[in-house]
Amino acid sequence: MKCDQCNRPAVVHQVIISNGTHREIHLCEIHAAEAGVPNPGKQPINKLMAKVSQPVQTAVMPTCPTCDTTLTHIRKSSLFGCPDCYDAFAQATRLIIESVQGGADQHVGRNPQNIATDNTSRYESKRLVEELDRAVRAEQYERAAKIKAKLAMLAEQRPLEDKSDDS
Amino acid sequence: MTPDTPTDLDVVLSSRARLARNVAGIPFVHRTTDDQRRLVMTRVTHALDAAATDVEPLDWIDLESTSSLDRRVLYERHLISRPHADATGPRGVAVASDAAMSVMVNEEDHVRMHAIAPGLSIHDCFARVRRLDEAMEPHVGWAWHHQWGYQSACPTNVGTGVRFSTMLHLPALRLTRELDKVRQAAKDLHLAVRGYYGEGSESSGSFFQVSNQITLGNSEDELLDVFLTSIMPGIINYERAARQALLKRDRTTIADRVLRDLAVLRNAQLVKADEAMRRLSMIRLGICIDLISDVKLQTVNTLFHEIQAGHLQQTAGTSLTQDESRAARATLLRQRLGTS
Repeated sequence: MKCDQCNRPAVVHQVIISNGTHREIHLCEIHAAEAGVPNPGKQPINKLMAKVSQPVQTAVMPTCPTCDTTLTHIRKSSLFGCPDCYDAFAQATRLIIESVQGGADQHVGRNPQNIATDNTSRYESKRLVEELDRAVRAEQYERAAKIKAKLAMLAEQRPLEDKSDDS
Repeated sequence: MTPDTPTDLDVVLSSRARLARNVAGIPFVHRTTDDQRRLVMTRVTHALDAAATDVEPLDWIDLESTSSLDRRVLYERHLISRPHADATGPRGVAVASDAAMSVMVNEEDHVRMHAIAPGLSIHDCFARVRRLDEAMEPHVGWAWHHQWGYQSACPTNVGTGVRFSTMLHLPALRLTRELDKVRQAAKDLHLAVRGYYGEGSESSGSFFQVSNQITLGNSEDELLDVFLTSIMPGIINYERAARQALLKRDRTTIADRVLRDLAVLRNAQLVKADEAMRRLSMIRLGICIDLISDVKLQTVNTLFHEIQAGHLQQTAGTSLTQDESRAARATLLRQRLGTS
């Protein structure tokens, strides 16, 4: 959804109910700041939720700019609306995930193949060695050859990554 | 990590490994339109086809055009979940030829792939789904976040997206009323305990599904090691000790119970599903503690699927009334278990 005053994405959405009439305002971060309207995405979750639950006639409803899911909906359903919700509600996302993941706040483990970080390749090498061992034991030699080729590629990439880390 | 052959078949009915994945750039399933769900299916089936050159090919089933009976049979075989069977709209499942691996598309996440195997054999299950995941990934592009890892609709699946589970048969712990201790120990270790058909299902026939709840902050291998070493040996040995204690304390009573259940199922003419599960559970216990020698463990394990209403109707080739279903179940049990 776009800002009422320009073409930038709206980050602040207000529903104003006054004397029985209903009016919606959608503003980008810049125009919201100019109008003196606080950006709810930058407030602590407890203040935000307190504001949402206050029995006032102006309700602030932060929404994901990609899928229009509201934070209230996420909290009620325990489901994100789309991958962009994670960053659209960054503070709330951290609180929600930490509360159900035993306090963990960083992914460790396999990464997508096109995201080659040093940790990824080290992890990948260890895993491939294990997989190679299993393939040889199972006498799956064609598969073993493919795994060896992957290991060789990783070994070639490693010095480049180490070098780039130093720069 | 070493490859495993199925072990602990007396207590562990089956093992399962599952990965949750979502296609990048498309809202999660509960926020998608039908067109977006079709787009997900197109992208995923394309990736499955492309992956088939590296891993085993899977058969695609479009659930929107599949009969409710066939969907029920898939659910009873643990190839799809109950919500996936009952939902409406574009969705499907890809199934391996041995019916031990499936890929649900447009369930709670765009993709949920899982492999299942008898006994304690989670390493093999995980290796199978990981190979498929790696083969599909270059052709589809999963939603991934630099901090939170693989993104999922539900925060309980974020990170690795991996869920390990075992289906445990704990009749002796149930008889000795010690299951609460297992539940508490599992809870303390961030493990979930559910029933025979997973989330929301009651434990049926003393079967309990134990799975990891934490998916973030540890690698897949670390999560698997913790799952296998933290509680699994303890529960398995606890159940075995309870079985031996039952035998030692009153062998005649427990023998009477399991042989009576076998005699009932060998002769009954009408059997409800719950009753069948309960009595088969005791017969399974009887086999494992050498009180029953003329019925194979595998026969009983297979019957847990075959006695379900969907399977009975599929075998009959027609819809069955409740009484007809109970009669068909009784006939099947008499045939499989042999008359006394």
